[in-house]
Amino acid sequence: MKVMVSVKRVVDYNVRIQVKGDGSGVNLDGVKMSMNPFDEIAMEQAVQMKDAGTAEEVIAVTIGPAKAEEQLRSALAFGADRAIHVKTDEEIQPLTAARILAKLFEKEQPKVLLTGKQAIDDDANQTGQMTAALLDLPQATFASAIEFDGDKAKVTREVDSGLETIEVDLPAVITTDLRLNEPRYLKLPDIMKAKKKPIDAMSVEDLGIEEAVKLNVTKTAPPPEREPGVMVEDVNELVSKMKDKGLV
Amino acid sequence: MSLLINPRDLNFLLYDLLEVESFCDWSAFGEHDRATFEAVIDAAYRLAEDGFAGHAARLDANEPTFDGERVHIIPEVAEALAAYIDSGFMGTAFPAEYGGLQMPYTVSQAIASLFTAANIGTAGYPFLTTAAANLLRVVGSEAQKQRYMVPMIEGRFFGTMCLSEPQAGSSLGDIRTRAAPQDDGSYRIVGNKMWISAGEHELSENIVHMVLARIDGASAGTRGISLFVVPKVRVNEDGSLGPGNDIRLAGLNHKMGYRGTVNTVLNFGDNGACEGFLVGEPGRGLAGMFHMMNEARIAVGMGASVLGYSGYLHSLAYARERPQGRPPGQADPESRPVPIIEHADVRRMLLTQKAYVEGALSLCLYCATLVDRLEHGPDVDDRRRLRDLLDILTPIAKAWPSEYGLKANDLGIQVLGGYGYTREYPLERLYRDNRLNPIHEGTNGIQAIDLLGRKVTMNQGRALQVLLREIRGTADRAAADTRIEDHARALGAAVDTVEQVTEALREAADEPARYLANASLYLDLLGRVVIAWMWLRQVQAAQRLDQTTEADFVAGKRQACQFFFRRELPAIEPLAALLIEHDDSALAMQARWF
Ligand SMILES: Cc1cc2nc3c(=O)[nH]c(=O)nc-3n(C[C@H](O)[C@H](O)[C@H](O)COP(=O)(O)OP(=O)(O)OC[C@H]3O[C@@H](n4cnc5c(N)ncnc54)[C@H](O)[C@@H]3O)c2cc1C
Repeated sequence: MKVMVSVKRVVDYNVRIQVKGDGSGVNLDGVKMSMNPFDEIAMEQAVQMKDAGTAEEVIAVTIGPAKAEEQLRSALAFGADRAIHVKTDEEIQPLTAARILAKLFEKEQPKVLLTGKQAIDDDANQTGQMTAALLDLPQATFASAIEFDGDKAKVTREVDSGLETIEVDLPAVITTDLRLNEPRYLKLPDIMKAKKKPIDAMSVEDLGIEEAVKLNVTKTAPPPEREPGVMVEDVNELVSKMKDKGLV
Repeated sequence: MSLLINPRDLNFLLYDLLEVESFCDWSAFGEHDRATFEAVIDAAYRLAEDGFAGHAARLDANEPTFDGERVHIIPEVAEALAAYIDSGFMGTAFPAEYGGLQMPYTVSQAIASLFTAANIGTAGYPFLTTAAANLLRVVGSEAQKQRYMVPMIEGRFFGTMCLSEPQAGSSLGDIRTRAAPQDDGSYRIVGNKMWISAGEHELSENIVHMVLARIDGASAGTRGISLFVVPKVRVNEDGSLGPGNDIRLAGLNHKMGYRGTVNTVLNFGDNGACEGFLVGEPGRGLAGMFHMMNEARIAVGMGASVLGYSGYLHSLAYARERPQGRPPGQADPESRPVPIIEHADVRRMLLTQKAYVEGALSLCLYCATLVDRLEHGPDVDDRRRLRDLLDILTPIAKAWPSEYGLKANDLGIQVLGGYGYTREYPLERLYRDNRLNPIHEGTNGIQAIDLLGRKVTMNQGRALQVLLREIRGTADRAAADTRIEDHARALGAAVDTVEQVTEALREAADEPARYLANASLYLDLLGRVVIAWMWLRQVQAAQRLDQTTEADFVAGKRQACQFFFRRELPAIEPLAALLIEHDDSALAMQARWF
């Protein structure tokens, strides 16, 4: 089958984010950017399917600035066969991303679209679900195990109460959770080979997509600083302090 | 934030300072581009942080053991090395025709330094392997390359360097291991080797020892020494493994640091059945080794720089978090304690580390670019200048970082206070690891003698002139820039001082003992001038960056440069005074007076 994977360029998970002084967002200057870790898991899933012979072709897709080509190259080094780069310098919110992915899905007709369950930059956790809705396809979110059987997929999902296993008809959208797999280390020869793999670049307008109504970010602020702790003498003091603060 | 090497800084050094991207215009590296280098270095960060750093403390606390039969090493080492080999790191700098990736030496050194900073104990095994393979690449026959080098690049065989013996460390001319010629062209090797890193283990199918030995009847001294390839397990013509090769592990050395890399005493040919093969010509063993010496010594300097660098980052992260004390003048006991980075004295310790380690790293990477330019650069007419620069800078690039990288680790411990003195934090381990670097690959004392006794005098002092011309060139260019004209002037004056000192020393050229008595002071002096030069070049490069988005990074470079020029460079003056007057405090001291 054909598998499409969406990958997003985000601030590296190791970076300590700093909010801009004027509250207009976070500081991205000179900050290390990487592939969204949940998308790496989606990539790993796709490549494992290729290794196992379940997938014939893996297509990596990104929506983002010219520099996002770095993440596509990583995806190609992972083992994607080709890539699609929808170029934009605008901030893309989930609904617009979903429209773009839906359009590409219609063009490419994969059996499955794999996406990370969320991107660690704004943690929206919406794109996969919206894409499935726009395409009127089944969705299986938060996957921690996936089994393909003919035109169906059995997906184990991580939900509040534990694990839930569902079956979806293909084609479908599957979003990946942390425990699905452990992404491989990239092999250096594969990084070199990735340079020769094709990337199809296009703009949002080329796809004839209208940008969805934007959510306006009015203010970005760091979480309040933690107050220093105080040592209490005994349980009584603890209880009375908690009462004072209205905690019990 | 990475605790190995600041990624922004590594990027800055490689592309803004040293313009490594331009190497891709040369035919040897035409396959590559900057994006590939960045992706490969990224992959190295990832594996070093996730696969190597995690077990560094555990490996240090559980060093390899020998039960009389086998060497035991904690399993994390084999796992990490499997990932390293599988990812293709063993072959980064080797030619594509032998299965390598043919990356510039500079990039491969940058990669190696990340694994060093993460866990030198584990990284030691592949480093020795690439060193042994590289030696075969340069002096081995085609058949030897196929039989021993290619399996090392593939990571199936590991390698060692067997130079030292119990009675012969600094003075390799005194080695006694013998090689007896056999009718089939091979040699029987008999002897004891001391200090052999990675000499015995079960991490690979085979171990390829590169052994210095004396062919029966050869002359005494260095000219009688030849190089042999001696496998732990014999390798058949078709590449399959044969019987064992009569190499016995006599015991392990128990070290202060680098504890994860097993260090061995090896007996070759106890039963007269150890087969070795001559590499290169008879009597040219040390020459072959010396060919690799520049690279090996730069690699030691690089390792020392980054062990210092990682310690700096650990202590920096700690200083930002640790609340203790209040600003001078704040008398209110109820006021919040401040993070210790707010104290000027702590910032002194952090800035000293920054100035040492970023300065040292830039020098080592600069030397690595000289290796690349010499080997692959397009400008054939420029080779003599490059060779001179590399020759004279090598002892400095080995010794200065290994002395000052260690000082940085010492300051890192101090920043953490009592916590720095515990094994719960990595500072004391980094210090112990780094303590090896002034010792191996030629002690720093030997480097100083190499610098003053050979490099400064050879070809009527041409190499030194070339170096000083380069430094003066930088100073002259910087003099036109009002932001750094003070530094430019100071650097120019420092070059004058080097010239005066060297001139004064020449008076004692006929008395070797007197001439060399203060060689270490000379190395320290010239080292400080060279690092000041590197700092000025870094600031020049930093001034070309975007001054708004990178304001903090640029300001940090400026401040560290200023620190070095104000507090470290002036120390050359008292050194110069001692050298000029041929101070004999140490030389005249008699052994019996102690
Ligand atoms: C952890 C570790 C790993 C090592 N790994 C290897 C390895 O894999 N392979 C290998 O072959 N070797 C290895 N070595 C050996 C290392 O290279 C030697 O220890 C080093 O060359 C110094 O030799 P030595 O220990 O015999 O000291 P010595 O040569 O005895 O030196 C002792 C002191 O005397 C000084 N000194 C000696 N000669 C002179 C002189 N002519 N003028 C002035 N001062 C002098 C030295 O500077 C030093 O301070 C390793 C050593 C260590 C500690």
